[in-house]
Amino acid sequence: MAIWLNKDSKVIVQGMTGSTGMKHTKLMLGDGTNVVGGVNPRKAGTSVDFDGTEVPVFGTVKEAIEKTGANVSVIFVPEKFTKDAVVEAIDAEIPLAVVITEGIAVHDTAAFWAYAGKKGNKTRIIGPNCPGIITPGQSNVGIIPGDITKPGRIGLVSKSGTLTYQMMYELRDIGFSTAVGIGGDPIIGTTHIDALAAFQDDPDTDLIVMIGEIGGDAEERAAAFIKDNVTKPVVGYVAGFTAPEGKTMGHAGAIVSGSSGTAQAKKEALEAAGVKVGKTPTETAKLARAILAG
Amino acid sequence: MDLFEYQARDLFAKHDVPVLAGEVIDTPEAAREITERLGGKSVVKAQVKVGGRGKAGGVKLAATPDEAVARATDILGMDIKGHTVHKVMIAETAPEIVEEYYVSFLLDRANRTFLSIASVEGGMEIEEVAATRPEAVAKTPIDAIEGVTPEKAREIVEAAKFPAEVADKVVNVLVKLWDTFIKEDALLVEVNPLAKVASGDVIALDGKVSLDDNAEFRHPDFEELHDKAAANPLEAAAKEKNLNYVKLDGEVGIIGNGAGLVMSTLDVVAYAGEKHGNVKPANFLDIGGGASAQVMANGLEIILGDPDVKSVFVNVFGGITACDEVANGIVQALKLLEDRGEQVTKPLVVRLDGNNAELGRQILTDADHPLVQRVDTMDGAADKAAELAHAAK
Repeated sequence: MAIWLNKDSKVIVQGMTGSTGMKHTKLMLGDGTNVVGGVNPRKAGTSVDFDGTEVPVFGTVKEAIEKTGANVSVIFVPEKFTKDAVVEAIDAEIPLAVVITEGIAVHDTAAFWAYAGKKGNKTRIIGPNCPGIITPGQSNVGIIPGDITKPGRIGLVSKSGTLTYQMMYELRDIGFSTAVGIGGDPIIGTTHIDALAAFQDDPDTDLIVMIGEIGGDAEERAAAFIKDNVTKPVVGYVAGFTAPEGKTMGHAGAIVSGSSGTAQAKKEALEAAGVKVGKTPTETAKLARAILAG
Repeated sequence: MDLFEYQARDLFAKHDVPVLAGEVIDTPEAAREITERLGGKSVVKAQVKVGGRGKAGGVKLAATPDEAVARATDILGMDIKGHTVHKVMIAETAPEIVEEYYVSFLLDRANRTFLSIASVEGGMEIEEVAATRPEAVAKTPIDAIEGVTPEKAREIVEAAKFPAEVADKVVNVLVKLWDTFIKEDALLVEVNPLAKVASGDVIALDGKVSLDDNAEFRHPDFEELHDKAAANPLEAAAKEKNLNYVKLDGEVGIIGNGAGLVMSTLDVVAYAGEKHGNVKPANFLDIGGGASAQVMANGLEIILGDPDVKSVFVNVFGGITACDEVANGIVQALKLLEDRGEQVTKPLVVRLDGNNAELGRQILTDADHPLVQRVDTMDGAADKAAELAHAAK
């Protein structure tokens, strides 16, 4: 069953005809993703050949949905135009929009998030600045390498792309139900809590791995949620113990401000909620392994 | 990007938030002419990005132009909590202050929107007021699309219980301050204190602004606001090359791909260092997904140019990028550096995992570079890099 993405998902790509969009559409198709169209008003009516698969280009998200029944959009458009692309996806009421683009101004993200709320939150937004979501063996939307792992019973939610890959690799023999990268920006759509709730309800997920990093208090709030709502075992990892105060560490949201947003505080909050937290990614994988072995 | 007070003042002025006149200088003599223009007296204010300037002696009144030069001489070069004063603002002296308030707009990460904080108890750190007298601090969520209309501003003024006689003026300040926040793509605009002066006017006497670096694409003027003087020379060199680099104070140079993995690498090296003379990571450097030979060479050049670095840990997980490309990148990068005449003498520990890891490892083995060691697990490689740094210390 997995969460939010499965073999029946019909995917359109906003920004498919750009270089990043082309590269990753090809990879997504290679992983078996049902990519049914691209969106680019200037190239509407044309199609793109990906190793023998013809993917039509539509003028708008709305048209693409009407003609293909698409229910997922993945967004690769440049940061200057991302807000408009997400707003278009929201207006078309697509159920899931995955925003890969990095470097979006936070006022733009705040604006499209507020807009989604005004439109009744009919569109789940993942990202921005995220690697996307994969349900191994079924569908892969975004830039997560499709061949790291196989289908299995671990659910993964992470702020970081490469740590997602690292953890999928560490536990590749067990496999994953769904792995979702929620992104490292100060404002993101889907949160750790949303993913934890979905994995808790997913009969195909037995254990949840949650990866966090410095900045904000999303992990602390996730810990409170776990305590009250999650009965499945959760294993955690937090990056950034050695990060200095006041410096942005790669991700726009990864910053310790004064005494808030530290890795130590996040680890303590998670442990207080009964989450086993690993010191390194490898140790975290071992903890997950031990729990699944009983 | 956090701004200096004078930069915040300039932005406030640009958006019609009421401020006092002020100009920034970096030589004491320049204080004379500005003070003369301001009517013969001024306030000399140290420009440092840290609170508590006043207590540290970084803000002084000058009753004459000569005195302004003398105070500027005292303050320029002063150390305030580890920040050297390179610039002072020569500001108009404030009229008699009757009351001090606090207003700000900021990003509210948790609620994925913006927030207004206002208090009639300004002049001190708002965190302190919030901790001791939470009832004196009014927090009002701001809808990112609707913004701060005069009606919303009035709601804030009422929530914070501003006195009736200043209400209209504070409403005006809030609307203009919101303008600053939106039009400049700020993460924070703070006025503290917002002063009520004897004439009944309200004036922003001091402020903080933090801007969103990701919005630079629509603000070409942000470039001039960067504090190039304060940047660590290695950080400045890395920025020139578009590398995501932060200088730290340890001995193990770090290169990795992806912000999360690099943060994690720093932690793993610090743990490993506990067994090896407490060596620590020397930097954060994320070379991103592509990791071409050129980018790898640029990264290595920065790290090898850091005299604190005793060993280097290259930690790459091949996602879309294949490890054989990364391995070729490392080999070519070392050659590129040698061709540039760089003496590479520091040991490199390389861990490659993920896509085509076996091929990549084989390339490193075949290249057989005397300084490069392959260790195939992240924890093991961190341990080796820490050990080598300790041995070279």
